[in-house]
Amino acid sequence: MAIYALRKLAFFLGAVFVASLAIFLLIRGAGGNVAAIVLGKDATADAINALAHTYGLDRPLPVQYFDWIVNMLHGDLGQSFRTKESVADLVTARLSVSIPLALSGLILGLIIAIPVGTYAARNVGKPSGAVLALISQIGIAVPVFWAGILLSVLFGVKLGWLPTGGWIDWDESPVGAIRSLVLPVLSLGLIMAAVLIRYVRSAVLDVMNQDYVRTARAVGMTRTQALLQVGLRNAALPIVTIVGLQIAELIGGTVIIEMVFSLPGLSRMILANVAAREVIVVQSTVMLIIVFVIFVNFVVDLLYGVLDPRIRNAA
Amino acid sequence: MQTNSARPAIEVRDLVVGNGDVTAVRGVSFTIPQGGRMGLVGESGSGKSMTALALMGLLPMGWSTRGSILHDGVDLVTQSDRALSSRRGRTLSMVFQDPLSSLNPVRRVGDQISSVIRRHTGADKRTAEAQTVELMKQMNLPRAEQLVRAYPHEISGGQRQRIMIAMALACYPQLIIADEPTTALDVTVQKQVLRLLNGAVRDRGSALLMITHDLPIIAAMCDTVAVMYAGRIVEIGPVQEVFRNPRHHYTRGLLDSQPTMDNIALDGSSRLVSIPGMVPPLHALPTGCAFNPRCPAATDKCREQMPELGAEALRAACWHPLAKVGEVAAQ
Repeated sequence: MAIYALRKLAFFLGAVFVASLAIFLLIRGAGGNVAAIVLGKDATADAINALAHTYGLDRPLPVQYFDWIVNMLHGDLGQSFRTKESVADLVTARLSVSIPLALSGLILGLIIAIPVGTYAARNVGKPSGAVLALISQIGIAVPVFWAGILLSVLFGVKLGWLPTGGWIDWDESPVGAIRSLVLPVLSLGLIMAAVLIRYVRSAVLDVMNQDYVRTARAVGMTRTQALLQVGLRNAALPIVTIVGLQIAELIGGTVIIEMVFSLPGLSRMILANVAAREVIVVQSTVMLIIVFVIFVNFVVDLLYGVLDPRIRNAA
Repeated sequence: MQTNSARPAIEVRDLVVGNGDVTAVRGVSFTIPQGGRMGLVGESGSGKSMTALALMGLLPMGWSTRGSILHDGVDLVTQSDRALSSRRGRTLSMVFQDPLSSLNPVRRVGDQISSVIRRHTGADKRTAEAQTVELMKQMNLPRAEQLVRAYPHEISGGQRQRIMIAMALACYPQLIIADEPTTALDVTVQKQVLRLLNGAVRDRGSALLMITHDLPIIAAMCDTVAVMYAGRIVEIGPVQEVFRNPRHHYTRGLLDSQPTMDNIALDGSSRLVSIPGMVPPLHALPTGCAFNPRCPAATDKCREQMPELGAEALRAACWHPLAKVGEVAAQ
């Protein structure tokens, strides 16, 4: 297992390096003069040169790249050209919205999808299984913003139980923060569940027909025990894979939810900064997100090793 | 009221197994006494594996059973999955064909055996683990103390099948069903595994239902043989008698198509006989005797009426049984 984990760690670090190079070259190399972009087309040549000099943008690209990486490793993600705020502070503030949103959405999705998907697999060919498959299909077809709007109309406007949007910070009122997250988490979780149900169902169906589940029954387990104790353990591998992919997808999924519920999350911040031509902010935040996605894949790989002895021994 | 020892290990009456569209087993009856050994032979699709799975209550989804299966004082056909599960692995158990796919790939082999012991005997973890090591030693598994920690993919095919046999025998079942237990193994280890299974079954006084298409295995291990064709038993009787003196034309054909040193010619001009034609598909069985399109002795009667297995005297379901040696066939 140690060798397997080390190999995966090496892959992780390699992928992060390649990603950082790609981001830097795409944004800085292909983007022309950063200072000119930031200042807009009416800026004088002197102003552009001055800005470039202040931020070290006139140095050779390899030096800038190296600086960027070293600073990031020290937790310095650069600063905004306009507001002079540190990117690290900006991101931290936004993460207090985005992380609870994405994580709760995912957990809600799993809590719904694993039992429902398992039930659907056990009842394949029966009316109850078909109804669940249909509901899950509809869930997949519904865009996440539409689910959000419907929920906010029902619980926010009609019933008045929860805010239809907006954000109350944790420092101000934890209850308020949670209340503003309920509907976004619900819309995200339901859509996520609809997608996951299908994967859980097919993973469980596949495992149910395996010889070793039959063996488990042949030595004394009931159908249900064999499914839960032997089947789900073996179905965990494909489910972990799809959950890893869903986490990466959550980042895109939250952009829309943040818009619908006017939450000050990370995704909206990036969009705003792209529009404002804040090259450094975009570059560092995108890098952070990519590192996160690669990290999730790394964790999924480690989980493979934990879940399946065949995989960890093959390394 | 029969005493426990006189009660057969299993008594199957008019077993029918189907899924609504096709019927894979069409009225099979047999009895295996305590400690008895019956071989079930037939080509693929003859219904022998379905018979075994029906006895275990492990049919695939959508398949159901009619008839009766008396075992240990109950009719298994009427039992719930929960009631059956408390018997499986305890009073009747099964060894499957492919030990690699039949063992849980993510669990250590020792844990797989000891969990069976704990489930059925209520033994604590430590006792069950000690019994597991002991059982594995009985199965001639090398370095049993270390091997308990191995995963199925880490050991050889022969070792895997020994683990499977250990699981099946752990609780001294009255009946063990072995479905082609050596087909997936290397020829060199087949004999070892069979010898081990043979000895282990004998030591426990268990009855054995051996399913195979390998007639010499039946001859070596069983006292009774039942020949299945298209979901029915076409001939049943003591192994020596049936093999030496088959009454059904299908049994004759099976025996003739077994390769032996006599009928394999080294110059390539093989004299191996095969039965003409193919096993009929279950949804298009011929009327009358299902074997009639392939039978050299078939008459109009065979095409119209289905022959039944008779009493002791008539052990083959055939209208024109082969003659006993030194006797003229009854036409």
